[in-house]
Amino acid sequence: MNYKYFPHTDEDIKSMLDKCGLKSLADLYEDIPGELVLHRDYELPEEMSEVEVRKMFDELGEYNQTLNCFIGAGVYNHYSPSVINAILSRSEFLTSYTPYQAEISQGTLQYIFEYQSMMAALTGMEVSNASMYDGTTATAEAMMMAVANAKKRNKVLISDTMNPIVTRVVETYAKFHGIVVEHIAAVDGVTSREDFENKVSQGDVAGVIVAAPNFYGIVEDYTGWADTCHDNKALFIMNCNASALGVIKTPGEWGADVAVGDGQSLGIPMNFGGPYVGYLCTSKKLIRKMPGRIVGATKDMDGKRTFVLTLQAREQHIRREKATSNICSNQSLMALYVTIYMALMGKQGLKEVNALSYSNAHYLADELCKLDDFELAYPGKPFLHEFAVKYKGENINELLDTMLDAGIQFGLKIDDHTLLLCATETLSKDDIDDAVCICEGFQNIDK
Amino acid sequence: MNNVYYGKLIFELSKEGRCGYSLPKNELGQYKLEDMPAHLMRDEAPALPQVDELTVVRHYTNMSNNNFGVDTGFYPLGSCTMKYNPKINEEMCNHHAFTGLHPLQDPSTVQGALEVYSNLQYSLAEISGLSEFTLNPFAGAHGELTGLMVMKSYHLSRGDEKRTKVIIPDSAHGTNPASAAVCGFNVVVVKSRPDGTVDVEDLRPLLDDTIAGMMMTNPNTLGIFEHNIAEIAQLVHEAGGLMYYDGANLNPMLGMCRPGDLGFDIMHINLHKTFSTPHGGGGPGSGPVGVREGLEQFLPNPRVVADEETMSFKVVSNDESLGSVSGFLGNFGVIMRAYAYILTLGKENLRMVGPLATLNANYIKECLKDCYELPIEGVCKHEFVFDGLKDKSTEVTTLDVAKRLLDYGYHAPTIYFPLLFHQALMIEPTENESKETLDGFIEVMRTIAREASETPELVKTAPHNTPVRRLDDTLAALHPVVTYTELVADNQ
Repeated sequence: MNYKYFPHTDEDIKSMLDKCGLKSLADLYEDIPGELVLHRDYELPEEMSEVEVRKMFDELGEYNQTLNCFIGAGVYNHYSPSVINAILSRSEFLTSYTPYQAEISQGTLQYIFEYQSMMAALTGMEVSNASMYDGTTATAEAMMMAVANAKKRNKVLISDTMNPIVTRVVETYAKFHGIVVEHIAAVDGVTSREDFENKVSQGDVAGVIVAAPNFYGIVEDYTGWADTCHDNKALFIMNCNASALGVIKTPGEWGADVAVGDGQSLGIPMNFGGPYVGYLCTSKKLIRKMPGRIVGATKDMDGKRTFVLTLQAREQHIRREKATSNICSNQSLMALYVTIYMALMGKQGLKEVNALSYSNAHYLADELCKLDDFELAYPGKPFLHEFAVKYKGENINELLDTMLDAGIQFGLKIDDHTLLLCATETLSKDDIDDAVCICEGFQNIDK
Repeated sequence: MNNVYYGKLIFELSKEGRCGYSLPKNELGQYKLEDMPAHLMRDEAPALPQVDELTVVRHYTNMSNNNFGVDTGFYPLGSCTMKYNPKINEEMCNHHAFTGLHPLQDPSTVQGALEVYSNLQYSLAEISGLSEFTLNPFAGAHGELTGLMVMKSYHLSRGDEKRTKVIIPDSAHGTNPASAAVCGFNVVVVKSRPDGTVDVEDLRPLLDDTIAGMMMTNPNTLGIFEHNIAEIAQLVHEAGGLMYYDGANLNPMLGMCRPGDLGFDIMHINLHKTFSTPHGGGGPGSGPVGVREGLEQFLPNPRVVADEETMSFKVVSNDESLGSVSGFLGNFGVIMRAYAYILTLGKENLRMVGPLATLNANYIKECLKDCYELPIEGVCKHEFVFDGLKDKSTEVTTLDVAKRLLDYGYHAPTIYFPLLFHQALMIEPTENESKETLDGFIEVMRTIAREASETPELVKTAPHNTPVRRLDDTLAALHPVVTYTELVADNQ
């Protein structure tokens, strides 16, 4: 045998088997009934050299097209500083596991502590867990947290302005966990206050979940919502775009009990859907109800300030079937990703990213609406980097195909007459002008 | 690893006015963020640090030097399969033709990515002896939950609503009962026999028409192959239940045995264990779920399918599905790495993974069983459990042994799990470790056993040579300080 990942020489194998009193590698499986053993090779390709593996992925890559991205819908193409990948590829971070042995894991523990601190600052909440899989599952966890907190209530309200991708995951978890999800109607692109008040005042609601900005990019006004929730003993849960929190009113300021969402917008490459990172922040009062890992500060025997996994009595490996979450790890490396991003961008950078995206998106909206075929779906509603437009032409699919031919993903088609468009700081004015120009040209064809 | 503690926090390096980024100039300055309604905007900028680029690079580099990874040294953490994470996998997952794809891009523009996804689905099905896989779940525990949702959906689709219980062995990973509870099942525990395997006689009376299924890992958490598996699967199936395979311990089975052939109906695989993707300090992982023929329709949406007619790949959703457990198609970057791993090894090397991992575990066990208590004799699979030191007169615990190992430059094994043994020390070496590495570890374990008898204080106060000494867990739990703001307030 001779393979780069197996250090065993024939001689090694023989002497190790001797020590075990065995004659062959097959003897190591003598306890498995013969009929259960696989007596053939897998039907898979033969070993490939690195040269061949590289060629294979190059060839596969030719069937992909990296497009100019006017699409968001929960995943945003933001600038990603080169520092981050360089640090993430350090194998001390990459090839370690959950910091069970704190004495040789201070690196991981420290950046998780920084992550928690930054997420708390960003959301305006008091505490954060060590991160979760993604924004959709983090929202589902927040729902289960609300139900566990309310004890005898099993109903949760979710706004119809939530990204439907998030709602689908929340509803799946709910169905299996025995939670009833009711929708709060959307009127004119924002959550209906009347419908919310009617439903939450029934006295059986454990939590209310809303979005900021919402699916249509609109920044909604939640003045008084937290109070109404609390008057009715329900938790107020906000799913927020992490990058936008650099400028918009925070869940903490709105009086929310739980802030959740995806951290992807903090510079994580789109990567065809993952890995991203979910965040979940709450108040100190609810810390023991919070799912997921938590890192806390402590001291070592010599009195040095150190960091350690803490409050583990809440977790699955201790509580087993009594646990209210089965999360047994965090999305550590991606938490490090957004930590370094926030360290680099700092106070000012997040604001600048939002200002640039705002300018680009509003310019795009203005230019499109100069054309006869386009108008804002929700005129007058405040938005940052994403907005819905009505398309009055007949052949939206042809328009989108024309865009694809020009290397542009022109938003997400919500229906045959609505597009959800997004522009971040990664687009230039020329990129936007090019796209608008195609719309203008297409207008004359699509009559 | 650097044994000098770094210990600073990024907030402590911050100075007003510094910045670590560069952004394009705003060509459209007439559109001003300040025009947003003020009452919708935050009052103050978030309290993030202000640091220059080099300070950030040095800070995290110094921090990483206080961390131990597989690339640093031997990491025999039982049940976690800390195998080597090949560098070619990293290179491939960062391939520029894949990283810039938006998950909602038109499918015609992501055919290469869908082909990777589809090929990995096929490869895992072949390796597992099951029909179809989804790669959407984000981690092992997430895979368990998804698999149990498949189980429940199957019973409900037949109108069988009384199956509310799942049977789980007392030796199971903690996530098994937690996943069952999150999925809305009640947990019934089945006992182990003295040899560590499921007690079939204890199982029989538990089986009735309220049982949705049984979760098992095989080999179990003691590293013992459940040799009665065929009988157990038959009993559960006769009672109308389904068999769930927790793939946490799949590594020793590679090349030797397929869960589908053992009678399992649903399983998850931890790509970050068996298929070499890095653990990343706790994630991202990936927990693909596979099912036997007849259960495919319950897998979560969205699904990737090959369309033979158009020779292309499609992303589809179906109504019978359990729903969605992820926004998109899972942790695609992890999927890329696992596919690179399977291509790199090929069928001829994949079949050697199980036997070599098993050889390494048995070799350590045989070399150390005169100093450490081996509760279960016989051939183990990829891992095994010692119940502390053989010499019980020393008061040196498993925790002390683990901490002393750190002084010698090894990561500790998993300790105090499984719960069946009070001083459990669970060792899993993986197939990538050489005889010399194992001999070095064995020598140190023997030295520690000797120290426990001769100089027990040295072991009980370990570690001595690490960046920090033993930590005060109680202080952290009684007085939780979990953000920098709290830390500053606490110091005043």
